[in-house]
Amino acid sequence: MPSLFITVLKRLGWALVVLVGLSMLIFSLMRVIPGDPARLALGPSAPEEVVERYRERMHYNEPLPVQYYYWLKDVTQGDFGVSTVTKRGVLQDLREFLPATLELVIWAGIPPIFFALLLGVLGAMYKNRWPDYLIRFCSYIIIATPTFVWAVLFLLIFGYWVPILPSIGGRLTMGFQVPPVTGLMVLDALMAGQPAAAWDAFTHLLLPALALSLGHTMQEARLTRSYMLENEGKDYITMMTSQGVPRKVINRKYLLKPSIIPTVSIMGLDIAAIFGNAFLVETIFNWPGMSRYAMSAILGKDINAVCGVVLVLGVIFIATNLVVDVVVMVLDPRMRQSRSK
Amino acid sequence: MTLLKEPLKNSLKKSWLKYSESKITVLGLVIVVGFALLACVGEHVVPYPEHIGSFVDFANASRPPNLRHPFGTDLIGRDILSRIVGSFRNTLLMGVIVLCISAPVGFIVGVVAGYNKGKLIDTVLMRLTDIFLALPPLVLALAIASVLQPNMINSMLAITVMWWPWYARLSYGVASSLRTENYIVYAELTGAGMFHILFREILPNCLSSLLTKMTLDMGYVIIMGATLSYAGLGEQAPKPALGSMISQGVKYMPAQWWFTVFPAIAIIVIILGFNLFGDGISNMLGADES
Repeated sequence: MPSLFITVLKRLGWALVVLVGLSMLIFSLMRVIPGDPARLALGPSAPEEVVERYRERMHYNEPLPVQYYYWLKDVTQGDFGVSTVTKRGVLQDLREFLPATLELVIWAGIPPIFFALLLGVLGAMYKNRWPDYLIRFCSYIIIATPTFVWAVLFLLIFGYWVPILPSIGGRLTMGFQVPPVTGLMVLDALMAGQPAAAWDAFTHLLLPALALSLGHTMQEARLTRSYMLENEGKDYITMMTSQGVPRKVINRKYLLKPSIIPTVSIMGLDIAAIFGNAFLVETIFNWPGMSRYAMSAILGKDINAVCGVVLVLGVIFIATNLVVDVVVMVLDPRMRQSRSK
Repeated sequence: MTLLKEPLKNSLKKSWLKYSESKITVLGLVIVVGFALLACVGEHVVPYPEHIGSFVDFANASRPPNLRHPFGTDLIGRDILSRIVGSFRNTLLMGVIVLCISAPVGFIVGVVAGYNKGKLIDTVLMRLTDIFLALPPLVLALAIASVLQPNMINSMLAITVMWWPWYARLSYGVASSLRTENYIVYAELTGAGMFHILFREILPNCLSSLLTKMTLDMGYVIIMGATLSYAGLGEQAPKPALGSMISQGVKYMPAQWWFTVFPAIAIIVIILGFNLFGDGISNMLGADES
């Protein structure tokens, strides 16, 4: 598929432009913060000449575009500066905290898709009968509940009232030792041959992942249902039915694929939203991830950390969308043609 | 006048029939209207109007739900029901103001870019839109809100900055597909200016999808506002906000569960109402197209 390759290449080029724009946006945003960044970094008791020297070293006296140039130069060499909260390199912090967030987002973003498709297909198959009504009723309530409310309610119910799942206390119960390879705890534990630790890590993941995924799952289910029903009325399905193709074969081979394409194509956005919502969910469940780190950085006006996190999120978001676009183009030949023209 | 009245009445009736086709959307309308009424006159109907502001009554602090305080009282003895209702006006304003600013801004950006598709201005405007869309909306809103003073107006501003790109995308799609339609081409040939084409020819065609999206977005904007307020970046104490009430309450779980549970239920009901209402409106406006 040469056209696919060129499309992806073009997309990558634009992604780079968007990323540079994003870095400018967040950089200028973090520099217009009221207050002196050097003073913020060193604290109120630091002597003035030290602050001045720091200002000189960090180029805070230069005009904004010059500051941006120095910052970008460092960033391209992998130096995001030092976090004023943790007093460590932002890159080092990110390396430590990112895997926990990635694991959470992967669990919250990918397995629920199958539930969403299942529920959507069920809803369409039993249109206006009780399974459909039940699914729709639940989806209305679930979609109306903000993610942070889910997290708080889960904490109250499963953390305090019926404490059957670990809710505050990180990623693993004390006592388990899992050698870090990928940083994804469940996978690492399985690779190290410790099923008990993997299960423990999974139970720690369950509540935050569920809180993050519920709303999106139901939304995807609704979308799948409505596209199933829309496609069911199309001529090619009527023709197959009239030719005597069994219902099951039609559903599985001809109806499902076009109906899940819209669901797949909004997945990129859903995953981005999950990353965003993770900011609060990680804080609520005390999950030692990047979002909790970023949340404290944002509230503590930790300029370097915020810029670092935002850039990493931007890269992840653009990469996810690129993958989703490629999947959609593979699923839907029409997308390939219209894009390549 | 009489000539006009009849069709108007009929079309209203028709719209209502379409809206109420699914009974559950009527429930949405009831919730939205009730919420809007309470938002307007809330402080006159709640049992303890003075509890909406800074009020202290330690004798009645942290009372569980009872007959005098159906939702209980908070840490310093304020009636939680009164405070929930007292927060409605700002919740409603949040949604209305954010959408009434971001929709027109997004429309103008999108329609100018879409009408000039392929030109430099299209590339510039749509890449700018992409930059704003390249982040989870909550993240940038949090960053913006934290740079500014934490208050209601600034949290609205932060959400608006994140919201207009969606309207830009929507209008871009419509405008770029309409610009080759015959009636637009004829308007160009007769010498109509860009302003005329954008607002008199393209806008009416976008209007129903813009309005549908606005009603469907209401719930999401309110969720975003509540989320910012939960993070401490919205309305500040002593004024009530649903998000900050929940975040305060989390510290006192599980003993004082009513601090958290009732504001949470209030948010869910409000958003449920707006989502159902939005579905009804999209049934009503969208039925002509399908």
